[in-house]
Amino acid sequence: MGRLSMENTTTTARNLSIGEKPDGYEGTGFFATSLEKVVGLARKNSIWPLPFATSCCGIEFMATMGAHYDLGRFGAERLSFSPRQADLLMVMGTIAKKMGPVLRQVYEQMAEPRWVLSVGACASSGGIFDTYSVLQGIDRIIPVDVYVPGCPPRPEQIIDGVIKIQRLVETESLRRRDSPEYKAMLNKYGIE
Amino acid sequence: MADSQDEKLVNIIKEKFEDQVVLVEQLYDFLTITFKKDRIIEIIEFLYENPETKYQFLTTLFAVHYPDQKAMAIVYQLHNLVNNHRVRLKIYLSEENPSVPTLTNVFSAANWMERETYDFFGVTFDGHPNLKRILNVEDMIIFPMRKEYPLEDQQEKINKTKCLDDNSWRVQQTSIK
Amino acid sequence: MESTTDIDKVIPEEKQYSYLNLGPTHPATHGIFQNVLKMDGEIIVEATPTIGYIHRAFEKLSEKRPYNQITPITDRLNYCSAPINNIGWHMTVEKLLKAEIPKRVQYMRVIIMELARITDHLICNAVIGVDTGALTGFVYMFQQRELVYEIYEEICGARLTTNIGRIGGFERDFSQKAWDKIHKFMHEFPKVLKEFESLLSRNRIFMDRTIGCGGINAERALNYSFTGPNLRAAGVDYDVRVARPYSSYEDFEFVIPVGTNGDVYDRFMVRQGEMWESLSIIRQALEKLEKMPAGPFHAQVPEFYLPPKEDVYNNMEALIYQFKIVMGETDVPKGEVYHCVEGGNGELGFYLISDGGRQPFRLHYRRPCFIFYQAYSEIIKGSMLSDAILTMSSMNVIAGELDA
Repeated sequence: MGRLSMENTTTTARNLSIGEKPDGYEGTGFFATSLEKVVGLARKNSIWPLPFATSCCGIEFMATMGAHYDLGRFGAERLSFSPRQADLLMVMGTIAKKMGPVLRQVYEQMAEPRWVLSVGACASSGGIFDTYSVLQGIDRIIPVDVYVPGCPPRPEQIIDGVIKIQRLVETESLRRRDSPEYKAMLNKYGIE
Repeated sequence: MADSQDEKLVNIIKEKFEDQVVLVEQLYDFLTITFKKDRIIEIIEFLYENPETKYQFLTTLFAVHYPDQKAMAIVYQLHNLVNNHRVRLKIYLSEENPSVPTLTNVFSAANWMERETYDFFGVTFDGHPNLKRILNVEDMIIFPMRKEYPLEDQQEKINKTKCLDDNSWRVQQTSIK
Repeated sequence: MESTTDIDKVIPEEKQYSYLNLGPTHPATHGIFQNVLKMDGEIIVEATPTIGYIHRAFEKLSEKRPYNQITPITDRLNYCSAPINNIGWHMTVEKLLKAEIPKRVQYMRVIIMELARITDHLICNAVIGVDTGALTGFVYMFQQRELVYEIYEEICGARLTTNIGRIGGFERDFSQKAWDKIHKFMHEFPKVLKEFESLLSRNRIFMDRTIGCGGINAERALNYSFTGPNLRAAGVDYDVRVARPYSSYEDFEFVIPVGTNGDVYDRFMVRQGEMWESLSIIRQALEKLEKMPAGPFHAQVPEFYLPPKEDVYNNMEALIYQFKIVMGETDVPKGEVYHCVEGGNGELGFYLISDGGRQPFRLHYRRPCFIFYQAYSEIIKGSMLSDAILTMSSMNVIAGELDA
């Protein structure tokens, strides 16, 4: 069995690459780059999401995890329902005021580094439900990284949101979580 | 056939509870009987047990607030599955402290329906095993479905208009390539 | 000599129970409602449910919106089968207006409602499979849901919360592409459904797991006002499509599958049976529509239905109707009307009181999930924790319909 010859493949196949190589200094048998870039690359392709699905957006999330729009190919194959083992909190659906303390408790139980993706109009801003019982956006109680609008957003939009989270994960400084600005932001929400 | 069943039911009720009937009408082919509130549970029990009526399915139970008449109506819809006939029973209560005996001894389904009515309108059901709020937060003091209360959270409305004026809520935009 | 370790002092006299919080955040599939379980080891002694974690005040919201704008709210009741809710609401308003709907529109509505019923039962049965450990069926069934999503997209533009149709019919005729997609679905889906059924319905492990689990007998079910597949699994053949036919269901021939014990296996099999019956109804509707000439796709309700643009620019009356409909200032007769449809979970009722204004005076939703979920604490008494999880998913409790 010979190796796959590159001459017989199409142009598109020849331009395939698995991922971008970070900038660094390369030699025989070694590759030197900054720790942040390697950690970022490893983290972004293995995010473990916590699906906090409450209503209709949850069904679109189930479709996103299905075979047609497969979120697993971005590394998010292993859904974690325990906050301690999760990296990304995906809040999908309306959060009522009764549910607010529960969401806050789940967010506080997550270990750093953690990111929050707010999927759907209801989670981002209350959506079409401007009523006495609905929290007008989860950013009133927890800090949010990426908002995905839509009612419900198409699976492609949810995947776009996850890709933006991946960019944030990739480019994040390793010292960000200890920096005073981050601590000040958490203090504003009352989270220690 | 439905009309004759309607007439039959009205006759049976008038035979026994003539003094309690206030109004009998057909709203969009649905027999609606308005009663006085005193013996409504007895009437429903009678309709449940009497072999000629046998209304043993409670479709729904809810309240309607009429602020102009200062009244609260409670509507019960019963269904006879065997003869496939439905009837709607209405009673009118006053707006202040409306209360009526509970229906949970006859229909177990009335348990949460009455809790929901209490939660939204403040109607107390005497004898209910667990009359607490069911859908709203436990420490809410108003009964939100009444007409005098607004839909939106008033504090939110103030917050939303306030944040258009000052810029402190704007966060640093991180540039994403 | 007295023994210092008297055995009666070591074993406590009363039983000690532990409390387990089956909290609002479930693993994704079921929706948010809480149960505090008082457990004696693995057996559940008592369950206290708490709901309202997704209460969005639909009934209050409906009092503030014109009739056309309430359709998106009804979408979010049982969001797995949104078209049934939409069409049910439209039929309620049409009943109030005493409007006459052409046969062609009614048959088209039947096709859409049966497709929605199939998707709802697909999710429920796939989730029953997941909860017993059979995850494969879920992935295959969701692929079939994508086919139905494509049909909805072709007709109304949205996938899940469809806002399909208008008061009086549909906003446009089904395009040829939509008909092709429906035919493609009818061609491909039966094979996959048969595959899914052969995976689980006579599977020894599945049957041992689900038979006798979470059962309810017919008298208790009727006393708790169960409707829909849960009631039919208990043995009572009450189906709104047969008892109070709407939208020309009386022209179709179909069977109502009925179970005996009301347990999880019966609910699974009743939903499977209903999916096959829905396929047969869609086939009959397609045949009937082929025999009909091409005709109207909406009824003559000019106060609610936007007139075609050419008439708006040329005809004074159409211009006035266009203005009034868009601003939501339509005149509606006063009245009280109740209309029910057979939703995915049972009898979904709309009680509408209109006082002649642009918004309903009172709109009450008779939500089947809310009513039958009361029985859950009685059903799981005495069963084990894993059976309680399975019972919850087999009853198909959708949080949107539970809390509204």
